[in-house]
Amino acid sequence: MNRFTKLLKNQQAFIPFFMLGDPTPEASLEIIKAAIDGGCQALELGLPFADPIADGPVIQASAERALKNGTDFAKCLELITAIREYSDIPIGLLIYFNLIYRQGVELAYQKLAAAGVDAILQVDVPLEEAEQYNELLTKSGLASINLIAPNTSEERAKKILNNTTAFAYVVSDYGTTGVRSELPQQTFTRIQNLKAMTDVPLVIGFGINTAEQVQDLLSAGADGVIIGSAITKIIAKHVDDVGQAKVAVTSFINNIMTKIG
Amino acid sequence: MQDKYYGEFGGCYVPEILMQPLAEVDQAFQEIKHDADFQAELSDLLENYAGRATPITLARNLSRIIGRKIYLKREDLLHGGAHKTNNTIGQGLLAKRMGKKRIIAETGAGQHGVATAMIGALLGIPVEVYMGRVDAERQAQNVKRMQLFGAKVHAVDSGSATLKDAINAALRDWVTNAGDTYYLFGTAAGPYPFPALVRYFQEVIGREAREQMLRLTGALPAAVFACVGGGSNAIGIFSAFLDDSQVKLYGAEAAGQGLHTDYHAATLEKGAAGVFHGMHSMFLQNQDGQITETHSVSAGLDYPGVGPEHAHLHATKRAEYLGVTDHEALNTYRLMAEREGILPAIESCHALALALREAENFDAEANLLVNLSGRGDKDLKNYFTHVNS
Ligand SMILES: Cc1ncc(COP(=O)(O)O)c(C=O)c1O
Repeated sequence: MNRFTKLLKNQQAFIPFFMLGDPTPEASLEIIKAAIDGGCQALELGLPFADPIADGPVIQASAERALKNGTDFAKCLELITAIREYSDIPIGLLIYFNLIYRQGVELAYQKLAAAGVDAILQVDVPLEEAEQYNELLTKSGLASINLIAPNTSEERAKKILNNTTAFAYVVSDYGTTGVRSELPQQTFTRIQNLKAMTDVPLVIGFGINTAEQVQDLLSAGADGVIIGSAITKIIAKHVDDVGQAKVAVTSFINNIMTKIG
Repeated sequence: MQDKYYGEFGGCYVPEILMQPLAEVDQAFQEIKHDADFQAELSDLLENYAGRATPITLARNLSRIIGRKIYLKREDLLHGGAHKTNNTIGQGLLAKRMGKKRIIAETGAGQHGVATAMIGALLGIPVEVYMGRVDAERQAQNVKRMQLFGAKVHAVDSGSATLKDAINAALRDWVTNAGDTYYLFGTAAGPYPFPALVRYFQEVIGREAREQMLRLTGALPAAVFACVGGGSNAIGIFSAFLDDSQVKLYGAEAAGQGLHTDYHAATLEKGAAGVFHGMHSMFLQNQDGQITETHSVSAGLDYPGVGPEHAHLHATKRAEYLGVTDHEALNTYRLMAEREGILPAIESCHALALALREAENFDAEANLLVNLSGRGDKDLKNYFTHVNS
């Protein structure tokens, strides 16, 4: 069992997403530590990639800030190592595959595992292409996170779930990451259908914004909920003031944690 | 799915949400290969709407100067002004057959955007085109043409505001609207099935050219030259000669201000293997895997990647890929105008310049075939800006 399954098989979790290095590597580390102090149960971290095709403008701008301020692969490893020293909570990593490929796939997996990452989501590597790397991933000790989209058939979802060792990231809506005002009804039906066919933890993300939405999704049976763009927006608002960013992010997280009790 | 990989390259590296729409395109693609009605409509449009077959012209004055016979495959005479029309007619019909209500496309030079807008008008399907703002400015005339054809043009400001960013934006649109939208991809690159699909519709160039060369000269050409952006016109003409090992294949990449500078788009010579825009191929990138910005005087070649089949032909040395600088391409633009009374696209001038440069390596009897992928009216302003600066 990895840290994610241990957590999610026992309790529901709210999982904030942070882009490593946004706005600067130092500030990013401080903000993430504040979030941990605020009581979040797990983290989803992003490695900045300048051409993130699955992300909306908020996350793209976040990646651009991080890159501009000197965040590279080596820097991300340092940050993850520091976060792991600070806390024992599960750490998931969201990454575009070229960043891994360029390091050498096996070496990249090993380095990430050694830094303290528990599981990775390779955003642009679907089931069929992931196959060739599964062995290396297992060997490295990293668990896998895989996407299930609104248009993924049930048959395909089954295969994806069979290949998932940390959790399935259930995409709540069509489109890129970004804040939406309302969740489509389909998301709730999807949770029920997937629940019926698997024990793999289901974590919902893309476009989730409010504590009420988190509550609704957890009530519907989700094992976890990820919020990314809404938090990134807060950081974007306070790029020049880490102190303010920490306060605002912590209060956002506190608000959700209290709601979901 | 036999064309999904080219040696180690190719594949389909996309977020899960695009797997279903791509599978749908692939299914339609496999079906139309054997659908007589589809093929009849395609042939009819290629012939009677777009003006195929395009001729082959002996560049008589240049041939005299360099002492080798240079034959031009005249895709510049195709309706729309470039080879892009072959692909947009094909995929436009595919979109219609699939019942899609909206077509989106990316464009660099604007040629693919124009060719898509044209087909949208013809088939009555609304078109939206993503174009980097930098490209939209240097190809302003093509923006107007698209708009006249009824297309909506979105200028993209992110990143380097060129073709790469236009593709990012189009992919994001597709991720959002996959249900009713067809993404009409413009070159033989990207995730499977696009490299195979675009090649399929561009093979007509090679098929015709091979037959025409045999008829005109009684033999296959000694070498075939084409410029390489994403690689669609090149794979289109190469496809008919791949099995003829005696025919040398040359791809001209944009060397911009020179391969020793950072200002070029010579992906195969200067890039490294990677995974981006849905494919395992070669990319210009930094040590960390971030895609780098490119430079070329020709918007159509200004792309940091290349189609996976070219990465394979490069790796196996079946084709040779060499850089041509902005300067060489602009000189060739003028030379063609003065000597042949033809104004090729600056993209195509890269292929011509490479043929002129390599000609001396062939004996005097040799026939060299150059794919003249498009016409150069769109580049007039760009040309005069450069020669006057
Ligand atoms: C005339 C012309 N030739 C070549 C290209 C490069 O594309 P490809 O490599 O797909 O043929 C373009 C692209 O816009 C073009 O307009």
